[in-house]
Amino acid sequence: MSDDSVPRLSLAVEATFGSFALRASLEIGAEPLAVVGPNGSGKTSLLLAILGLRRLDRGRIQLGDDVLYDAVLAIDRPTEERHLAYLPQDFGLFPHLTAVENVAFALACNSQAANRKRHRGEAMSWLERFGLGSLAERNPAQLSGGERQRVALARAMASAPKALLLDEPTASLDVEARVEVRAFLAESIRSLGLPTILVTHDAMDVEALAGRVAVLEKGQVVACGPLRDIAKDPPTSFAGKLFCSSKFLGMVPTDSPANTAVVRRN
Amino acid sequence: MSQLFLSRARSRRLYGALMVGLGGFLLLFLVLPFVALVLDGGPESIVRGLGCALTWPALRLSLGTSLISVGLVVLGGTPLAWWLARSRWRSARWLEILLQLPVVIPPAVGGIALLLAFGRRGLFGEALERLGWAPAFSAVAVVMAQVFVSAPFYLQAAVQAFGRLDPSLLAVARSLGASPPRLFFRVALPLARPWLIGGAAMTWARALGEFGATLMFAGNMTGKTQTLPLAIYTALELDIHTAQALSLLLVAFAFALLLFLRRFNRGPEVARRLAAQ
Repeated sequence: MSDDSVPRLSLAVEATFGSFALRASLEIGAEPLAVVGPNGSGKTSLLLAILGLRRLDRGRIQLGDDVLYDAVLAIDRPTEERHLAYLPQDFGLFPHLTAVENVAFALACNSQAANRKRHRGEAMSWLERFGLGSLAERNPAQLSGGERQRVALARAMASAPKALLLDEPTASLDVEARVEVRAFLAESIRSLGLPTILVTHDAMDVEALAGRVAVLEKGQVVACGPLRDIAKDPPTSFAGKLFCSSKFLGMVPTDSPANTAVVRRN
Repeated sequence: MSQLFLSRARSRRLYGALMVGLGGFLLLFLVLPFVALVLDGGPESIVRGLGCALTWPALRLSLGTSLISVGLVVLGGTPLAWWLARSRWRSARWLEILLQLPVVIPPAVGGIALLLAFGRRGLFGEALERLGWAPAFSAVAVVMAQVFVSAPFYLQAAVQAFGRLDPSLLAVARSLGASPPRLFFRVALPLARPWLIGGAAMTWARALGEFGATLMFAGNMTGKTQTLPLAIYTALELDIHTAQALSLLLVAFAFALLLFLRRFNRGPEVARRLAAQ
């Protein structure tokens, strides 16, 4: 996939929630962007703002040619019309629906005609594409963390999104599952070719999944750049600790297949 | 050392006696009236009491009106609760408190309020009468009184149920493209359903037992506005065993409802566990 076929997600937003002020200006293209910062720095608020679930004071959000939000032009598209795939920390599978019904839900949302049988069939083929065919009739509670994330990703893709927003994609998994999920996510993000924002606490996630890093501190983006630059010269003490605790200090490993694409793009 | 042991044992005995004594006192007080209600007079007098002329009209009216009341409360209460639970508007919190008022005011006060609003001389009564509708002292008034006093039970359960839904699930549903009706009918409603059913059951119990507001606003006319609780009140002047028999009918309904709720309450627990995983 060439870089110009990936639409750009560009945003410049300002918002105040009580005493907290969020101010962020970011450009996301083919290279996934990791947003890092301590708890309460506004990472999740940023995702919710992009989703249209937080009232903004000023700014503009544009995805490809679509303007999702523009304070001056008074454009504020509702969440359901923004075509953003959002994966919350616990993946957000509907507990009252089976895996295949979860995927069919996304298909039903995006089609004019109500055709349960067809949606179910399409949902099955999405699950099969993600290697989940045998788990179709299970409830989310009967799936492992990694499986749940795959179903959530299959469901997100079935809604034909134009960008991908991941909130702490490995935080709710046990350590063993994390490695597997990280590899799967890295491969998926690469093959999907969507502008991707990933909020994380985890240096391994950043290094496996993202090419660029934005460092958030008290609601402000204090630095944004290629992973190597940020890791080499961390702009905040949080970023310093984050990348220092990582064994890949100051460099991007090129041996793991998940990372080669990122490096090549750099 | 041995003295310490002794005093410890004694204080433990004292503690045990105090706890059992106080708790047992309340337990007896709560259970004994039910024992009397079931045993007094024996089954024959209960059967005779059920054969009283008041029984069947009151039972029919009570069941009919209370079921209609529950239906109306669920129909209007579900959208209202969904809006209240999601509203960021500060006045919504105040409205929530206001809507709980009928729970804490005496039902008789509710009856007076209804009379002042919709009675013949009431604030809106004259306008209603000009439209050819005078609800006071009719079966419609029975339903209105029941809805007024019982709706808060459903509203509270429903607001809590919708408020407890995982916000990230709702966010995901919307990001997938779910329209507001789809979000409500396919996500919020099924996830909240166990609590909604619990709230509806409590509302039904309250409507079935409604007395004060009904007496004030609908009156006590056999076959027209005399529900079971009012029939009990009337029967008490004739024969206590008739009142006892009618009371047992209500106790039986209430007990069945409690059993149903206990069975059903496993529903929320399962849902919670599913959501936690």
